Amino acid sequence: MNEAATPWQRFFRVLVTVGPGGLWLFLFVLLPTLLVLLASFLTRGPYGELTGPWGLHNYARLLNPYYLEAFAQSLLVGALATLLSALLGYPLAFHIARHPRRDLLLFLLLLPFLTNFLIRVYAWLVLLQREGLVNALLGALGLGPVVLYPSFLAVLLATVYTFLPFFVLPVYASVERLDWQLLEAAYDLGARPFRAFLHAVLPQTYPGLFAGSVLVFIPAMGTFVVADLLGAGRVVLIGNLIQQQFGLTRDWAFGAALSVFLMGFVLLALYLYARIQGERGLEELV
Amino acid sequence: MRRLLSIHALLVYLFLYLPILVIVALSFNESRRGVRFTGFTLEWYQALFQDPRVLGYLANTLTVAFASTLVSTVLGTLLALGLVRYRFPGKGFLRYLLYIPVVVPDVVMGVSLLLLFAFARELLGFPRLSLLTVILGHITFQVAFVTLVVRSRLLLLDPGLEEAARDLGARGFQTFWYVTLPLAWPGVAAGALLALTLSLDDFVVTFFTAGPGATTLPLYIYSSVKLGVSPKVHALSTLIIGLSAFFLALGYALTRRRP
Repeated sequence: MNEAATPWQRFFRVLVTVGPGGLWLFLFVLLPTLLVLLASFLTRGPYGELTGPWGLHNYARLLNPYYLEAFAQSLLVGALATLLSALLGYPLAFHIARHPRRDLLLFLLLLPFLTNFLIRVYAWLVLLQREGLVNALLGALGLGPVVLYPSFLAVLLATVYTFLPFFVLPVYASVERLDWQLLEAAYDLGARPFRAFLHAVLPQTYPGLFAGSVLVFIPAMGTFVVADLLGAGRVVLIGNLIQQQFGLTRDWAFGAALSVFLMGFVLLALYLYARIQGERGLEELV
Repeated sequence: MRRLLSIHALLVYLFLYLPILVIVALSFNESRRGVRFTGFTLEWYQALFQDPRVLGYLANTLTVAFASTLVSTVLGTLLALGLVRYRFPGKGFLRYLLYIPVVVPDVVMGVSLLLLFAFARELLGFPRLSLLTVILGHITFQVAFVTLVVRSRLLLLDPGLEEAARDLGARGFQTFWYVTLPLAWPGVAAGALLALTLSLDDFVVTFFTAGPGATTLPLYIYSSVKLGVSPKVHALSTLIIGLSAFFLALGYALTRRRP
């Protein structure tokens, strides 16, 4: 920056600014990541410690049908949560962006979101339990008590509830930048409303739509808390498997392999996103 | 079309608020279970405040939040400054490293830190899982977010202002303290606020890095609701909802006052 700075001064400035944070990232981000990779090739010892022999045996275990089902469920929760978020969030983003009091609507969208994550998940346990509000309403309609908790549906609903703003906000940002003249032009050229939307509006919101999808899909498939509280053992996702290995089962080596596998999924999702949106899209995501 | 969008929005907001309102209502309900309102009571709040452990959990939560926010704001601000202003070997790699805490699922972050602390304890004899390890874990994800927020603010600044300060004879630190930092201040404040929120909200990283005696409020809520409905948690949740509404409303009012 400064032409007059001597090399020593420049080195000193970088050391003071980047040094502490860089060292922190090295110690607490890079090193742990490498340790997970290392542990995934080791073996669980008789007391739950990590020992030899080395090998790919933990990865071979991933092919067990029980684990494959958990991966499938994780992908399903991620995909369905993204789809539901789109159905709820996409029209909402338009409503907010075109509303005269959009500040207030954004505020109301964020308020539940700033409540503790666990409370948001727990609220669904309360709603869906046997004596809960939803069953009371169903009962009033003569539909008798239904077991809604624990269930896959409960996990899905709470996941959507928890991550919905991650979908709405990027779409909202796209809608705000929207060029409405294109819609006018489509109408002038005789397009009917649906076709006009499909060709003049929808493509303009792709960036927000993709960003929102990634931002919902990754945490939805990666979390273990929602499935833990609302699936109560019936819904097991990759995150739950990892938690089990580092908890009661105490097979850290296998847990590490599961973590590497989950990270692989996340990186794949981000890679696909970067392919569609370009490298800059990745920076805008965060 | 307009009307359809309005109805849709109304339903989504109902979806967003119904669970919260039910919790708030139940916190004043006499009956332990179920949604039938059998009578107004403050019993659950009383039980919550009479539980001496809860105060300790609150103290732990706040200690972790403030200590980690302080450290991560300083580290993140300096790191952002270095990344924006200087060129150095390994810069590209460092930027990739910065994204890891942002994109990695919480559970992977939690277990990788757990592994790190276990290895360190094996080799060096410390640290034991405690409040300290929780703080170290929180700083780790906060640093990334603070750096990204401050960096985006710094990129908006005119580098000419710093050059002007130097031309007028300001030394490196003076330029930083009197020119760069005041200009970057909104970004630093926003980063710190985000860090604080993330820490207060965090359950997963805390879950894996906390030892005995390091229970925070989210850990307490988790262990209380793991087995089902807990009226004391309704009372605690209502207080937390009230506080977050208050602070968000405050922020909203402050931003609206600016033109």
